[in-house]
Amino acid sequence: MKARHKRFTFLVVGLVVLAAAAYLVFQALGNNLSYFFSPTEVAEGKAPANHVFRLGGLVEPGSLKREGEGKTVLATFMVTDNQRSVKVRYQGILPDLFAEGQGVIAQGRMGPDGVFVADEVLAKHDENYMPPEVAAALEKAHDEGVAEMAGGNKP
Amino acid sequence: MKARYLVPLAIFLVIVGFLAVGLKMDPKRVPSPLIGKPAPHFELSTLYDPAERITPEKLRGKVWLLNVFASWCVSCRAEHQVVSRFVQMGLAPVYGLNYKDEARDAKEWLRELGNPYEAVIVDPEGDTGIDWGVYGVPETFVIDKKGIIRDKVIGPVTEEILENRLVPLVRKLKEEQG
Amino acid sequence: MIPEIGHLALIVALVVALVQGIFPIVGAYKGYASWVAVSKPAARLQFLLLLTSFACLTWSFLQSDFSVLYVAENSNTKLPQIFKFSAVWGAHEGSLLLWALILSAWTAAVTLFGRSLSPLMMARVLGVLGLVATGFLAFLIFTSNPFERLLPAVAEGRDLNPLLQDIGLVMHPPMLYMGYVGFAIPFAFAIAAMLGGRLDAAWARWSRPWTQAAWVFLTLGIALGSWWAYYELGWGGWWFWDPVENASFMPWLAGTALMHSLAVTEKRGAFKAWTVLLAIFTFSLSLLGTFLVRSGVLTSVHAFASDPSRGLFILLFLAVVVGSSLALYAARASKVRSHVRFELVSRETALLLNNVILVVTTVSILLGTLYPLIIDALGAGKISVGPPYFNAVFIPLTIPLAILIGVGTVARWKRDSVANIWAKVRLAFVASLVFGLVFPAVAMAHFSWKAALGMVLAFWVFFTTLRVIRDHARGRGLGGLSLSQWGMALGHIGVAVFIVGITLTSLYSLEEDVRLAPGDHYGLGGYDFHFKGTTSIQGPNYQGARGEVLITRDGEPVTVLYPEKRNYLTGMPMTEAGIDAGLTRDLFVALGEPLGEDGAWAVRIYVKPYVRWIWLGALIMALGGVCSLADKRYRVLARREREALVGGVA
Repeated sequence: MKARHKRFTFLVVGLVVLAAAAYLVFQALGNNLSYFFSPTEVAEGKAPANHVFRLGGLVEPGSLKREGEGKTVLATFMVTDNQRSVKVRYQGILPDLFAEGQGVIAQGRMGPDGVFVADEVLAKHDENYMPPEVAAALEKAHDEGVAEMAGGNKP
Repeated sequence: MKARYLVPLAIFLVIVGFLAVGLKMDPKRVPSPLIGKPAPHFELSTLYDPAERITPEKLRGKVWLLNVFASWCVSCRAEHQVVSRFVQMGLAPVYGLNYKDEARDAKEWLRELGNPYEAVIVDPEGDTGIDWGVYGVPETFVIDKKGIIRDKVIGPVTEEILENRLVPLVRKLKEEQG
Repeated sequence: MIPEIGHLALIVALVVALVQGIFPIVGAYKGYASWVAVSKPAARLQFLLLLTSFACLTWSFLQSDFSVLYVAENSNTKLPQIFKFSAVWGAHEGSLLLWALILSAWTAAVTLFGRSLSPLMMARVLGVLGLVATGFLAFLIFTSNPFERLLPAVAEGRDLNPLLQDIGLVMHPPMLYMGYVGFAIPFAFAIAAMLGGRLDAAWARWSRPWTQAAWVFLTLGIALGSWWAYYELGWGGWWFWDPVENASFMPWLAGTALMHSLAVTEKRGAFKAWTVLLAIFTFSLSLLGTFLVRSGVLTSVHAFASDPSRGLFILLFLAVVVGSSLALYAARASKVRSHVRFELVSRETALLLNNVILVVTTVSILLGTLYPLIIDALGAGKISVGPPYFNAVFIPLTIPLAILIGVGTVARWKRDSVANIWAKVRLAFVASLVFGLVFPAVAMAHFSWKAALGMVLAFWVFFTTLRVIRDHARGRGLGGLSLSQWGMALGHIGVAVFIVGITLTSLYSLEEDVRLAPGDHYGLGGYDFHFKGTTSIQGPNYQGARGEVLITRDGEPVTVLYPEKRNYLTGMPMTEAGIDAGLTRDLFVALGEPLGEDGAWAVRIYVKPYVRWIWLGALIMALGGVCSLADKRYRVLARREREALVGGVA
């Protein structure tokens, strides 16, 4: 085989590998990204209706209920950003550090009844940690709430 | 020097650029919009004396800390010892804001662990918490002599935060004019 | 007093590192013999100083000296002694000190075992390592001093994070750092070789054993971490594609590519420029991993207390180290282009493809890890890239890699023919198809095409490796194989075992979260789980509940498991799973939370087939690395070279 042909073959093989990898990467990125939404955004209908997303906020104190029958483990609770709340249903064991009043991120999708059905619930992993998305969402909701109140007070 | 040997360097510089931007907007340190603003008003009774009413205005002229806690909060237990140690230093009084809690549980909790607070203010519905932008318990605010919030610690106060952040700040604030 | 000695030793170590970094490199450039001679004593002194510093911190922990901030934050008088020891590297400051200690230990090892190196090369290598150490020690002293005092002292420490109070985690960070930091050695060799303008087979031969040693440690470190996550985090997963895990996995992939590429450079003199670039790439990924873990720019379950000023320091350090290396590469690489010819069908091509795939895989993982950061930096929203992305990219890329193992190991160097390779692998090909298709149908609960594919690949790697062993052994018996041949064979068999583990665990695991009251039975995967209830327990620094689960199969008792739920002094809950380990399956029971008044608990029950094979595979791979490291070839060649050098001088 001539050197020129060999070079060409190497180049083609290399490009094929790269193209395949790039295809895989973009395909996988497109399907597996999940965006973050706060309860306020969900209540305003900004969250996608039929795509997985992450919902984050605080677990509203007193809202955790066990609704499992028989041997099923089913929990519902409210996730709030101190402005609006969204009800979440999760079948399975909640993480160790899941607690009322603490930050939480649930991944899943909205059910037809307006309840967020989570496939995964993440609580913080140690006591120092507040999921940053949750912190940002809460700050934002708080700012908007203050703005609304200020606006409402105007004559 | 051939151009193609520069490609790795170029790619690397782009990555460093993104990392630098990412670092600047460090997600864990969300500056509170309340820092630098006057402490939001409240008028609440205390845990042990329902007749006593406390307002931020009454505390004007001194540097004080507001520590938001609840008996149901796991990390509050973790920071309790650190808060107590700060109080022992005698630099500034710490007021507790008992957040969305039952009075009975809160008293039991303080009896078990000790009560370091100057006074415990009760916020059973969490309204004051919302005004103060509280989103996770525990949180700790530092308020200066003019009644301005100067810092806010989200999550438990650790020895490190106490030594490197709170103590120096409180010392500085105490020297400021009231 | 003791902490001050530790602190002082650290500061002196920084000065020594600076000396070790500057004098030998300048000396080698200018030809000052006395400056060059500084390198070895400086490197050894630095190791002793850091050992002293580390010993001082350990002493403070063992004595529960809570006047040291770091000790007060991470220890407690009630903490068991062994964990007081491991708490030294339980958080940021101490683990960085361990990082620096390990770097100096590797450097000292180079001064001991690298006698065949020419004095100039040795000086340059030690100089580069000295500069890296300078950066790290400065970082340690200025942003993360582990000896900072806490006055007045507290009466009781805050306790070590309970997640870290476990034997798996005692060993995980040191192993991981040995690997991470070990890649500094091939990096230093590459930079030194470029500085000296001498990139030849000898350089590759020097680098190879160091790369292999680092790779062995990293393999064991990652496997330990995965094993620990499996039994300690309480949800039975063994890999989460978490940014911090990726941070250790990326250097491993790049390091694997580097090992193979170094083999080609040593044996055939090819791929020189590429190998140098890989050495830089691998160490850069180690540094990047440190940056990602320490700066907190990425959210991770391994939430170390993070601090942007630390992040900035590491980023600058990363930029200087990697930027200058790549600039040097741009300036020098064109001179070292190899002019070694090989045909399209040859072992070189197979290894080149292996390298391309490994690097592409690394880059895709890097992209997935950094993507949330990039999107956030562009202000396009907060996203997360979950495990499905990584699985969707990683698995298809490993399939050609497994096929290549079979082809590459039987192919000849320089030139081979398709017919010849086919003749060698024909039997292995047919056998792997048959075994791979039959195995899931016979040994597993139900047939699955994905499982068949995984098993065909595993058998393919296994049988082709057997074929290679047989070829090498022909006429000489198994004893005729050199240790490095055994090393390669074991490494690849490890891959086969690993593929079996991943395939069968991911496809056949049964997982249920159920509510069980005392006396309840639950059937899963042919086993009956009988929950007898819980009793309360009291540990040294925790209290909690212990469940009792009796497991039977067809009425025969299998085992009794005692999963625990603990509440530590820090207020942090922990799940201790009960696991019955077996070669073909693990039974896993973990307590979730108490439900209601009747003593019922939410209980997690898993049956995980062949999950042990994942770590067994990693262990066999590491063993392969050790074998090839022990090959006397390196020592013999090293001696021969030294003699040649002496002869040349005479």
